[in-house]
Amino acid sequence: MKIHEYQGKELFRQAGVPVLEGIVATTPEDAVTAYEKLGGVIAVVKSQIHAGGRGKGTVLDNPDQKGVVVCKSADEVHAAAAGLLGKTLVTIQTGPEGKTVNKVFVEAGCDIARELYLGIVLDRASSQPVLMASTEGGVEIEKVAEETPELIFKEHFDPAIGLEGFQVRKLCKKLGITGTAAKAAARFMPAICRFFVDYDCSLTEINPLVITGDDQMIALDAKITFDGNALFRHKNLLELRDLSEEEPSEVRASESGLSYVKLEGNIGCLVNGAGLAMSTMDIIKYHGGQPANFLDVGGGANAAQVTEAFRILLSDPNCKGVLVNIFGGIARCTTIAAALIEASQTVGFTVPLVVRLEGTEVEEGRKMLADSDVDIISATDITDAAKKIVAAVG
Amino acid sequence: MSILVDGNTKVICQGITGNAGTFHSLGCREYGTQMVGGVTPGKGGQNVEGIPVFDTVEEAVDQTGADATMIFVPPPFTADAILEAVDAGIKVIAAITEGVPVLDMVRVYEEVRASGSVLIGPNCPGLITPGECKIGIMPGYIHNPGKVGVMSRSGTLTYEAVWQTSNLGLGQSTCVGLGGDPIVGTSFIDLLARYQEDPQTEAILMIGEIGGSAEEEAAAFAKANVTKPVAAFIAGRTAPPGKRMGHAGAIISGGKGTAEEKVAALEDAGIVVAPTPADMGDAVVKAIAKK
Repeated sequence: MKIHEYQGKELFRQAGVPVLEGIVATTPEDAVTAYEKLGGVIAVVKSQIHAGGRGKGTVLDNPDQKGVVVCKSADEVHAAAAGLLGKTLVTIQTGPEGKTVNKVFVEAGCDIARELYLGIVLDRASSQPVLMASTEGGVEIEKVAEETPELIFKEHFDPAIGLEGFQVRKLCKKLGITGTAAKAAARFMPAICRFFVDYDCSLTEINPLVITGDDQMIALDAKITFDGNALFRHKNLLELRDLSEEEPSEVRASESGLSYVKLEGNIGCLVNGAGLAMSTMDIIKYHGGQPANFLDVGGGANAAQVTEAFRILLSDPNCKGVLVNIFGGIARCTTIAAALIEASQTVGFTVPLVVRLEGTEVEEGRKMLADSDVDIISATDITDAAKKIVAAVG
Repeated sequence: MSILVDGNTKVICQGITGNAGTFHSLGCREYGTQMVGGVTPGKGGQNVEGIPVFDTVEEAVDQTGADATMIFVPPPFTADAILEAVDAGIKVIAAITEGVPVLDMVRVYEEVRASGSVLIGPNCPGLITPGECKIGIMPGYIHNPGKVGVMSRSGTLTYEAVWQTSNLGLGQSTCVGLGGDPIVGTSFIDLLARYQEDPQTEAILMIGEIGGSAEEEAAAFAKANVTKPVAAFIAGRTAPPGKRMGHAGAIISGGKGTAEEKVAALEDAGIVVAPTPADMGDAVVKAIAKK
């Protein structure tokens, strides 16, 4: 689960990670009030969307309007907020369709001496969290990783212990942080590592992390992703979820216990198991088609879930045909067949349907479908299924 | 021979009185697995269709001599259940549960590695030595005793692979579902080493997916240490970056973990990579012919 920058910074503040004063606003007028409340000198108006690259991102149809604007007057704040709120912002991470800006964060300015990068992720190879820091703040870290990986410094830490003092000193040495700023780092870095662990994050990224003219260390950004599996012990975080940032069909699917990702193609896929679902997409593409989605109905799919899955697939106007690929293990083919028949009655199939069934109770399942009046193109194996659906959608 | 489990393995189920625990314990017993007990705290003394239930794993091991366990307890309690099994000296631990917080696994991972026990999963179908011992949720009948060691990060895709190798008459030595989470107890490398030593295993089929670098690491290990034929398949060639494809571990992030990189690393190690999921069995045949 992702949250907005302004929400992340509030959590940072509570955890003792230094941030600047800021106020969230949903209208240009509120933004101006916020600006005056912050002292009315320099402020930064920042669009709040669940994607990075906002500083370089621009509003769709208005390339002069950047996603982050430094303002020196109330008029400038008003203009920036008006130029962003309700508009679509396109950044390197949003894709060409962009994301709607519903809120802006008005933040006090500060005297920036240096911009650094700091991120914490789980390192799968070592099965430990890793703190990554770089002198190349404010730019895309993926680019740094590719072009100058020697400028990214890493320290692994044990979640139960946190970041040790010597690890901070090593990082400061490499980053060229000395004196008062090094003392600030000795507080900041362990605090942000503790934050990552305390909130079960899968990503905590601060880009840029700044050192001010008076040697303070401040998080100028907050990009946080929480481990969805751990939300049961952080119930307070659930109210930070912004459903308007998520694809509606994906939200609907997750409410039914389905795992769904919308894609650009025209062949809907209904599969049990994540690996088989990915492979089904792959083989459709291999035979010249384009999958409209990833959909895993899970191991123990029931009739209600399969029916809902069909509703979601068929509500996509791009969907010109559906491929059902089930390898029954725990989910029996008879259950799936019954669900297919029920779905055809309650939802109604308006596009070609190719069905490949294999596994537990397959003979009975195939017979149920054959005996029903559901219009099905049956397939013998996964290749046959892919070829038939590609042919059916033309 | 086989790896990890065989006909002599004595298995308990942690979480046996839950729906899934009961259903699959009975399924495993029906397959022929020696299901000697189960554990549910507070329900010791009961039995599940003749399988005795204990309060603790320690007690279950004392009373039954169990040396393997399958875990079906809910996600908030899975890490604790794994550590309890380690503490009781269980040698093979299969954690089937899906949805375990990843930082719980960071904690568990180190302890399991230090103990010498083998953890399979979490978020996995389990493992099976066909005709001898099934620990987990896979449909038993698609397997046949044979010569291919199958290891995979996915469940149903493994069934597809097993089905293809069974239909080609190759059969399987031991099939292991490693699990779809970012941190799992056992890696491809751990199993490559075991399959290499196992006389029954004549070829290895590795089924990976996008995300992480486990397949690249396995390719490098196989190149240096494995003399048996190896075939592979990578799921998710068409998956878009930044989207989690069902499994928590199946995500391309920061341009890393793509299928192209993995396929290139595998082919560089002399591993035969199936172009589509329909060709996994054929890839094994080709790998055997190549050696």
